[in-house]
Amino acid sequence: MTETFAPVTRFAVPGRIAVSSRAAAEWQTATLTEVRRETPYASTFRFAVPAWQGHLPGQHLMLRLTAEDGYTAQRHYSIASPPEDSGHIELTLDHVEGGEVSGWFHTVARPGDEVEVRGPLSGFFAWPGDRPALLIGAGSGVVPLMSMVRHHRARGLSVPLRMLVSARSPEELIYARELGAETTPVFTRNSPQGVPVGRMAAAHVAPLLAAQPEGGWEAYVCGSNAFAEHASRLLVEAGQPVDRIRIERFG
Amino acid sequence: MNVTRGFTGRPRVQNTGLPPGQYDAGDDWPVLSAEVTPDLSSADWTFRVDGLVEQPRTWDWDEAHTLPASAYEGDIHCVTSWSKFGVRFAGVSLDAFLAVVRPHGSATHAVAYSHTGYTTNLPLADLTGGRAWIAWEYDGKPLPAEHGGPARLLVPHLYFWKSAKWVAGLTLLDHDEPGFWEQNGYHARGNPWEEQRYSGD
Repeated sequence: MTETFAPVTRFAVPGRIAVSSRAAAEWQTATLTEVRRETPYASTFRFAVPAWQGHLPGQHLMLRLTAEDGYTAQRHYSIASPPEDSGHIELTLDHVEGGEVSGWFHTVARPGDEVEVRGPLSGFFAWPGDRPALLIGAGSGVVPLMSMVRHHRARGLSVPLRMLVSARSPEELIYARELGAETTPVFTRNSPQGVPVGRMAAAHVAPLLAAQPEGGWEAYVCGSNAFAEHASRLLVEAGQPVDRIRIERFG
Repeated sequence: MNVTRGFTGRPRVQNTGLPPGQYDAGDDWPVLSAEVTPDLSSADWTFRVDGLVEQPRTWDWDEAHTLPASAYEGDIHCVTSWSKFGVRFAGVSLDAFLAVVRPHGSATHAVAYSHTGYTTNLPLADLTGGRAWIAWEYDGKPLPAEHGGPARLLVPHLYFWKSAKWVAGLTLLDHDEPGFWEQNGYHARGNPWEEQRYSGD
């Protein structure tokens, strides 16, 4: 029997960002100012939150809705907007079938409505723009990654940033109009002419890891659990160290 | 109270057993893990208890299975606001491991750590008295890797981030020492019934 502990993997990376416990503990009123349709299934909801203390790309918040009898429902959502959008936050939500909170957003909510938020929360998935970032997302998993891309642009950062996003079809690619040369979309059901259809594969990841920036990539993976498992395995198989892969899973 | 216009929520049932702010995930069991799922076999799994104890000890898979079997049937609660009712886990009560190592009277807290390097802190009182397990079966089958298999810590009366996946050991301390999520803004204890989600709650 061994008496020494040897971890088989190395997750023990510290959190990146200290989180303000005061901001995380206090509920604030957020006023809906705009609703933008992104795809047939996802819309962006823009809020004015005057006392918002700011966030880092990749952080999330908790949102609460309250019914007249005092019943509340709360959910975690990733923040889509960059920190530069001061006093405002944007969330992009899928319309989940039978979703209690997303259902309210997609069928009832209109500008002027008020909800409550607390945050930003959790520094682990945050990217302050300091290290080369390789972003991999699927479906609405692109939401926290887009905050990073927008931050990169707003600041004119020169640190390398690349994004791979998987969507079923061009119509379901969230933020399609905004994606630029940093992004490679992967389509699993239908694709534009000349673009192959298929799931994300080693062939998408390998070239990015073959051309490592100085200091290597910090990888951020966001999507369903099945996608997160698949994408993180592709990264590990391509040589990305496990302690430099951060994962946000949903569903 | 800030009523949300037009929000009615799901139909309410009395005494649902849900802690405040939670919803019933039904048949779903979401995977919440920020790390890559490790490739850890039961042959490679070990569990150690050390720190403020009379006799530090490491168990391998077969040795841990010689301890008396113990099961949990009840509810679990995740800080991200889902709860899951009537889940069944099987393994060994932590009391059985602690009886072997014999904690010092000065031990008040523990840090649980995983084979991947994840850590989480707990008051020792939350790990004793039949309230915590090392669990290797879920619903009569081996615990899936994405849910912490081959074995995880199970502390069902606290938010589930305390139930460290791929658990490798416990170090007993005479003070509280924040673990991974606790350093990232989560509450030191995480009692769902008091909604101790984040630092400051």
